[in-house]
Amino acid sequence: MTHFGNYEERAKNFSWAISEQELGYQPGQVINIGWYCSDRICQQGKAEKVALIWEGFTGEKKIFTYNDIRLYSNTFARFITDLGIKAGERVCLFMDRVPELYIGFLGILKTGCIVQPLFSAFGEESLFVRLENAATSAIFTQKKHVSKVRKIRDKLPHLKHIIIVDYDGKTPLQEREVAFSMEKSEKVEHYEIYPTYAETPSVLHYTSGTTGMPKGVKHVHYSLISQYLTAKWVLDLHDEDIYWCTADPGWVTGTSYGIIGPFSLGVTQCVLDSGFSAEAWYRFIEKNRVTVWYSAPTAIRSLMKAGDEIIKKFDLSSLRHLASVGEPLNPEAVNWSIRVFGKPFHDTYWQTETGCIVITNFPGMPVKPGSMGRPFPGITATILNPNNHEPYPEPGRIGLIGLKPGWPSMMRTYWNNEEAYKNKFRNGWYLTGDRARMDKDGYIWFVGRDDDVINTGGHLVSPFEVESALLEHPAVAESAVVSKPDPINMEVVKAFVTLKPGFAASKDLELDIMNFIRKKLSPLAMPQEIEFVDSLPKTRSGKIMRRILHAKEWGEEIGDTSTLENE
Amino acid sequence: MDDLKEIIKNYVINEYLEPDSDPIDYDTPLISGGIVDSFSMVSLKRFLENKYNIQIPDDQATPEAFDSVNKIADLVRRFVKA
Repeated sequence: MTHFGNYEERAKNFSWAISEQELGYQPGQVINIGWYCSDRICQQGKAEKVALIWEGFTGEKKIFTYNDIRLYSNTFARFITDLGIKAGERVCLFMDRVPELYIGFLGILKTGCIVQPLFSAFGEESLFVRLENAATSAIFTQKKHVSKVRKIRDKLPHLKHIIIVDYDGKTPLQEREVAFSMEKSEKVEHYEIYPTYAETPSVLHYTSGTTGMPKGVKHVHYSLISQYLTAKWVLDLHDEDIYWCTADPGWVTGTSYGIIGPFSLGVTQCVLDSGFSAEAWYRFIEKNRVTVWYSAPTAIRSLMKAGDEIIKKFDLSSLRHLASVGEPLNPEAVNWSIRVFGKPFHDTYWQTETGCIVITNFPGMPVKPGSMGRPFPGITATILNPNNHEPYPEPGRIGLIGLKPGWPSMMRTYWNNEEAYKNKFRNGWYLTGDRARMDKDGYIWFVGRDDDVINTGGHLVSPFEVESALLEHPAVAESAVVSKPDPINMEVVKAFVTLKPGFAASKDLELDIMNFIRKKLSPLAMPQEIEFVDSLPKTRSGKIMRRILHAKEWGEEIGDTSTLENE
Repeated sequence: MDDLKEIIKNYVINEYLEPDSDPIDYDTPLISGGIVDSFSMVSLKRFLENKYNIQIPDDQATPEAFDSVNKIADLVRRFVKA
C-alpha cells in the first residue's frame, strides 16, 4: 500500500497542514530542520534506529544511529558556536560524500547559520564566486580539497575559518585554518538549538542561469513541510525502508532528499562515497538490501550501457520503488527498468528554486514513460502561452511551465539579487525555464529549455560562465558555448573558439583548453568538444548568435538570420 | 611503450590531483576512488588518444576500463597493437 493512494482524493483534500500536523508543528512556533531530523526522531523512540549506513570506495563502512546523528550534529554546532560564528552567517560544506557532510549539514542548521553546500569537484574559480557572493564566514572541507581554498582565501576577507575535518598533522595548518574531528571530539549531549522560525533562512544552493554569475537560491526552515511530505508521498518512504539517494549534497537533490526528507521521516538511508561503476552500484544495493532508490537519468543510462548480463550476478529483489530526477527520463530507460528490475523508474521534476518535487509520477499510479507526471497536490502547475503568460485553456499546446508560487519550499529570493528573483515571475506565475505540453490526462511532457542553460547529467551549466572563463585562456580570442546531444548525459558542453594571432588549432591545444576549464570551473563545465573557427556568427550589433550554433549541433532549423552580420 | 604506465600516472597526478592529495600507484582506483569523474574521463581519454595516436571507441571507454593506471595501460596497449 502506498502512502499516496488516489490522486484525485489527495488533490481534493490537500492542505500543507497535513504535513504540519504529522510533524507536530504549529504556525508561529520554532521550526529547526536540524532538530526535526535528529532530536525529534530520538524523542519518538527511534534513537537506536540506524539513520545512516556509509560506505567509502575502499569498502570502509560506518553506521550511525539517530542518536549518533543527534550527538554529532550537536558536536558540530558547539564547535561552530565556539568559533564565534553567529546565526545568519553562511557556513559552507565543501566535501566529498563523507559522513561529516550529512551530519555537519544538520549541525550548521542547529546554530541558526545558513548552510551553503558546494560540489567538491568545483574548481577554484567556481568556489570563489560562490563564497564571495555569499560572504561566507567559514568552510568545512577535507585535506584533499583545502589547496583550492588556499588559492583563493586572500581574495575572501569574510572567510574567517577554514575547517579541515580529516587533518592528520602531517603538514602544518596555515592561516585561518583549524582542525575538527567529528568522531574524536567530545560528544555534546546538550546543545541549545537556535530558535529558528518558518522564514528563517536555512540553505543556500547555487544555480546557473543563462546570463550573469551563479545565483544563490535562498531557502528557509519552513521548506521542511514540503520536503517531508514529498519524500513520504512521492518516494513512498516507509519506516522499514532502506533508502539510497545517489545525488551529491553539493546539489539540491542531495540535501532535500539525501538529508532532510529521509531523516525527518526517521528512515534508514545509505550512502556510497564512490565514483560510478555499475558493478559497485548493484553490489551496494544487494549488500544493503536497498528498497527505495532515487537516482538520475545519466546514471540510469550508464547502467543500461553496462548491459543486462551484469545484473544477473546480483540479487536486487529488495528494490521496491525507483525514482529519477535531474533531467527528462527517456522512455527507453523506463522500459528498460521494467524489463530488468520488474518496475519502472518514476520520473520526478523540480529545481533548486522549487526546493521540493513539484511534478511527478506517483507511486501506485500508471507511469507514462517519457512524461514527468502530474503536479503534486497543493502545487498548481500549468502550461503558459509564451506570448502573454496566460495558461493555455486546452491540452496539447507547447508552452512554458508555470507554477503558482506559495508552497513551503519555494525559494524566497536569490541571494543579493532581488532583480533576478523578480525576473523569474510573469503574470503571477513562477517560470521554471522549461518548455512542455500537458496531455488530456494532466500528465506533463518535457519539450526543451526556454533559455541557453545547458543541462548536462542533470546539472545546469551557464554558457556565459564557461565563455567568461574561456576568455582567460591565453589562446582564446572569442568563444560561444552551446550544448550538443549526448547519449548518456542528454547534452554536454561544446565550445566554438576563435584563436588569438600566433596560436594554431591543434588537438593538444583543444585538450589544454578543456583542462583549463575543468580545473577553473568544474568537470561538468568542461567542453567535451572544442571547434576552432575563423569567426563566430554575430548580429550586426556584435552579439554572438548562440542559437545558430545550437541549431547546427541539434540538426534543427536555423530560423531567422536577418540580423546576422555578413548575411 | 615501456614508460606507458609512468606517463599515465604522472598525467593523472599533474592534472587531476590536488597538491596535498595522497600518493597514487598503478592500482589506485581512479574512477571508483573519485579521483577522475565521468566528465573528466573525457579529457583523460583525449590525452591518451592524442599521445598515442589512437581512437578508443566510446563503448570501450568504460569506468571499469579507466579505473586504474594498470587498466588504462592495458586498454591503450590493445589499440596501439591493433
